[in-house]
Amino acid sequence: MIPAPFTYRRSGSVAEALDLVSEHGDEAKFLAGGHSLLPLMKLRLAMPSVLIDLGPVRELSYIRDEGAHIAIGALTRHHDLEHSGVLARSLPLLAHAAGQVGDPQVRHRGTIGGSLAHSDPASDLPATVLALDATLVARGPSGSREIAATGFFEGLFETVLEPDELLTEIRVPVPAADAAGWSFQKFTKRAIDWAIVGVAVQGTAVALVNMAGTPVRALGVERALAAGATPAEAAGHAAEGTTPGDDINASPAYREHLARVLVERALVEAQSTQA
Amino acid sequence: MSILGTRVVRSEDPRLLTRGGVYTDDLRIPELDGAARITFVRSPIAHARITGIDTEAALASPGVVAVLAAADMDDLPPGGGRPATEPLLATDRVRYVGEAVAIVVTEQGYQGEDAAELVSVDYEPLPAVVDFDDALAGGTLLFDGTDSNVVRSGGDPAPADAFSGCEVVVEHTFPNQRVAPIPLEVRASAARWADGRLTLWTSTQNAQQARDAVAEAVGLDAASVRVIAPDVGGGFGAKIATERDTIVVAWAAKHLGRPVRWVETRNENLLGMVHGRAQRHAIRIGGTRDGRILAYHLDIIQDCGAYPRSGPFLPALTKLMAGGVYDLPYCGAAFRSVLTSTTPVGAYRGAGRPEATAAIERAVDLFAAEIGMDPAEVRRRNVVPPTAFPYTTPSGAVYDTGDYAAALDAVLAGAGYAGLRAEQARRRELSSQGLSREEGGGPVQLGIGLACYVEITAADYDGGETSRVVVDASGAATVYTGSSPHGQGHQTAFAMLVTDQLGIPMDKITVIHGDTDQVPKGVGTYGSRSLQLGGTAVQQAAIQVKDQGRELAAAMIEASEADLELDTTRGIWQVRGDPDTALSWAAVAAEAGPGGLSAEADFRPASPTFPFGAHLAVVEVDTETGKATLIRHVTVDDAGKVLNPVLAEGQRHGGIAQGAAQALLEEVRYDAEGNPLTSTLADYAAITATELPSFELLAMETPTTVNALGAKGIGEAGTIGATPAVHNAVIDAVAHLGVRHIDMPATPQRVWAAINEAKGGQMGPAQMRPAQLRTAQLRTAQLRTAE
Amino acid sequence: MVNGAEVAADVEDRMLLVHFLRETAGLTATNIGCDTTSCGACTVLLDGESVKSCTVLAAQADGCQVTTVEGLAGAGGELHPMQRAFRAEHGLQCGFCTPGMVMAAVSLLQENPHPTEPEVRAGLEGNLCRCTGYHNIVRAVLAAAQEPTP
Repeated sequence: MIPAPFTYRRSGSVAEALDLVSEHGDEAKFLAGGHSLLPLMKLRLAMPSVLIDLGPVRELSYIRDEGAHIAIGALTRHHDLEHSGVLARSLPLLAHAAGQVGDPQVRHRGTIGGSLAHSDPASDLPATVLALDATLVARGPSGSREIAATGFFEGLFETVLEPDELLTEIRVPVPAADAAGWSFQKFTKRAIDWAIVGVAVQGTAVALVNMAGTPVRALGVERALAAGATPAEAAGHAAEGTTPGDDINASPAYREHLARVLVERALVEAQSTQA
Repeated sequence: MSILGTRVVRSEDPRLLTRGGVYTDDLRIPELDGAARITFVRSPIAHARITGIDTEAALASPGVVAVLAAADMDDLPPGGGRPATEPLLATDRVRYVGEAVAIVVTEQGYQGEDAAELVSVDYEPLPAVVDFDDALAGGTLLFDGTDSNVVRSGGDPAPADAFSGCEVVVEHTFPNQRVAPIPLEVRASAARWADGRLTLWTSTQNAQQARDAVAEAVGLDAASVRVIAPDVGGGFGAKIATERDTIVVAWAAKHLGRPVRWVETRNENLLGMVHGRAQRHAIRIGGTRDGRILAYHLDIIQDCGAYPRSGPFLPALTKLMAGGVYDLPYCGAAFRSVLTSTTPVGAYRGAGRPEATAAIERAVDLFAAEIGMDPAEVRRRNVVPPTAFPYTTPSGAVYDTGDYAAALDAVLAGAGYAGLRAEQARRRELSSQGLSREEGGGPVQLGIGLACYVEITAADYDGGETSRVVVDASGAATVYTGSSPHGQGHQTAFAMLVTDQLGIPMDKITVIHGDTDQVPKGVGTYGSRSLQLGGTAVQQAAIQVKDQGRELAAAMIEASEADLELDTTRGIWQVRGDPDTALSWAAVAAEAGPGGLSAEADFRPASPTFPFGAHLAVVEVDTETGKATLIRHVTVDDAGKVLNPVLAEGQRHGGIAQGAAQALLEEVRYDAEGNPLTSTLADYAAITATELPSFELLAMETPTTVNALGAKGIGEAGTIGATPAVHNAVIDAVAHLGVRHIDMPATPQRVWAAINEAKGGQMGPAQMRPAQLRTAQLRTAQLRTAE
Repeated sequence: MVNGAEVAADVEDRMLLVHFLRETAGLTATNIGCDTTSCGACTVLLDGESVKSCTVLAAQADGCQVTTVEGLAGAGGELHPMQRAFRAEHGLQCGFCTPGMVMAAVSLLQENPHPTEPEVRAGLEGNLCRCTGYHNIVRAVLAAAQEPTP
């Protein structure tokens, strides 16, 4: 119910945060919105001895239209993404997906950077940034680097981020006019649940939620679409290359079926939202 | 005009909405100053021998006052008033994940969780028994010295010729799955031993029974124990019994000589609070092709969990109510209650009766499908007619009053049944034409589900209920009642009864409950008994006070009682037509002496009561994903005369939600080793606002003759009617695809699997079922008549 | 600041905001109903936005404004429209989920002053109630939405 003891440190800037994390090494974890990390800590499934609170780091909360891409500060909260006029215009898929995360209270606290760094394949935003071909910017002691979303997620709760690196920005290319169609299909038993299976579509990019240890692009679907397949035909490839889990909510076979159904629905909806 | 039957908002609410209720963990009172915190150490394994407990590391942890286990409980009387089979803290064996093994007592709460992790218990695993059939087979006997895991049984199999006159017989086996009550307030207790008395504050539905249970268990006489129920955040039956964990808290206060307090986590609650339902039903229903049901038999296996608490007795109620609203030439039931290596099972909203209704309403739909008749029509042809009351069932229940056909007709009309069936047919037709969603077709089908029910309330009627009414010299009234509300609104309801009799205004009436020093005698709130028993007692006591008042007022005015009247709009006694003689209650009570006017009534009716109703659920099922959504729910819940429609509706709403939840979403699951799979609210799918529509409640009042209020119980009715209506609706939505049955909860995966099976697809049921339950294949048998 | 009054204390780094409110600030209306951020009974406003106080460290709230249900009524005790509506519509029974439910509903209406019924239900997806079946809670929120904003 309550975390194991830890030391709380507060940082007011990116520079300070990086100083703190190199001081404490891999005993430390960053605390952004806290709605992925704190629940794990309360169950004592995670027990960092130092938490570095990024809450006061205002400099990482922004949504900026930079022309060919939208730049989003890693500490931008889901609520702000959901209600952003910039995103509504240019990246409605991201605005919509952010509005699906958890519940209103969670969305007031959770951040995009925190969600991506947490790397839960059942979360909504990892698959979304994958479908959007986003670039993630990380800063560490030796400087910044850019990481393509396709190379960011390594496994359950694992990314390529080093323990002393901080995600600072998510850069999302504005889709081309002929790839403006989008859809987000989240299948749950209850609205508040994590997706049993989810699909994020932007143009002909298709990413799957909770069909593997990481979010994955449905490459079989994308190849079929490129070869001229209809949504129904392309959706038949939805489960290729996936390793869906077996749990109290769904068997692998049911997940594969859902993936096919949801991909078809997403592709049809994306076609209709194509301007 | 009487206030009875009118809509009155609750007097409880201003406090609850502004300062919040004071639940057990909220208590900040001098008696608990410096109270130590108790954290339980619980078994992580379902069945094991305990070979050692090492407390050294825990004792060295910051803030630890004591670490106590069974070995330290040498100051308890032998047997301790509990069934000999269940210890307070585990002795040599643990029998379910979550069973309490030790307690850590710390200065502060956070320290307790840290220290509890350091208690090292050595477990030698034993085979866990989870599957019903394994438990029945007895390959592993869960208690030494027994020859079976069956702890109770009753009833008989159907006689050989019971179904011989039936043209059609349908059999099926299905679960009434284990669910968790989940009151929002988890279990919590606090205790203090001082001056030879034990005071226990606990979240309970019956303080007086708790006092007696604790006194016996700890070895004190009842006068040395005071139990106080502060505000209680929901109970639903799961807070009736005074459980071992609460008794441990009480004992610890006495043992340590220091006040202690405890509140569990939700995870502990999902492991340690009793679970509900957990039956398996084998139904056999038979009748004629033109819709007359001639025979029905229900065989029940009740999973009691690890210890036989109230679980073993629940199926006796199921058996009693097995025949439901139907007039059945043959109706029989039999049950076996069996132990497993899981959390003990107890009463949960309905307690044995939802199971009876779920079984027969499913059976009636299976029968209707077999003969190809509208399920509403089958029901109409078989319900007990309104002229037949009081009606004695084959099981010996005597239904007091009812009109089952009227309830059914009302929901059918209220829902627009014909229109719903037409819409269903339209969608099926469009989909069979292969039209896309845009063309008006698409995968979403409509399902309509019915349930007719009757249930027994105040089943423990001969325990009665006690209430005392006092009017004091300020003109205020105080009600002392054995009823024990935890959301039901008795403060408002009982005040209405007093104001109706005495004319004292509502805001000058206080209702005292749940404190055994102020209310030494009482039974409590459960089984939908409180208004009909406690309320009747309140009314009787108020009438007695009125009689006392009339006698005294007459003497004060020097008039005859016959010439006196009580103006109940103002609470004034006067000689009829002579306002100069007016006397207030304050004046009369002052005249009565220091105790004011006081009367106590103990109401024991001659029988229980039988509310009844009908529910109609409308669902949409996405036949591609299997997901079912409840879009409408229409009900009649006839509990006799309604005292306060606001309160009655609220009870119906809450019951419907829990009932729908069981049909669609909720299930407690274990793996084959007895490890719980749904022990957090992230995994256990408790229903939220987004899965429910607003409900459509229709009014119907068929009074009972059993009490002067004409009232039956309403608290559990919604749950009883809703589960089978919603369940039947989901199956109805996909019946045209060949589906006859889907086990509860009808999750998307289960619905999808059923559609596939009906289509002859690959995905069979075995991969979908939880480990502990098996479903027999549906068989229909056509028997020739005897000739 | 809690309900407009400053509360200062030295607490363990790991203290959750909900325990700070209940134990340190003496405000026990906000309740704890789960351990997985699921039930919403602990909902309060943090700088005007609804949050689950069981998943916020007290330290994270340092320097912020916290509003609990105890801080909703007016200075003279006048009920907030949401409190009035919950009473009028019988939107509470045992009352345990109510403080969190009311605060979630207040936040909902601040962000969406005229919600439809589905929007109300979606807005309360993070708050469990076991007693009411949500029917009257939804009515209460819709009724409160009819009142002019305080």
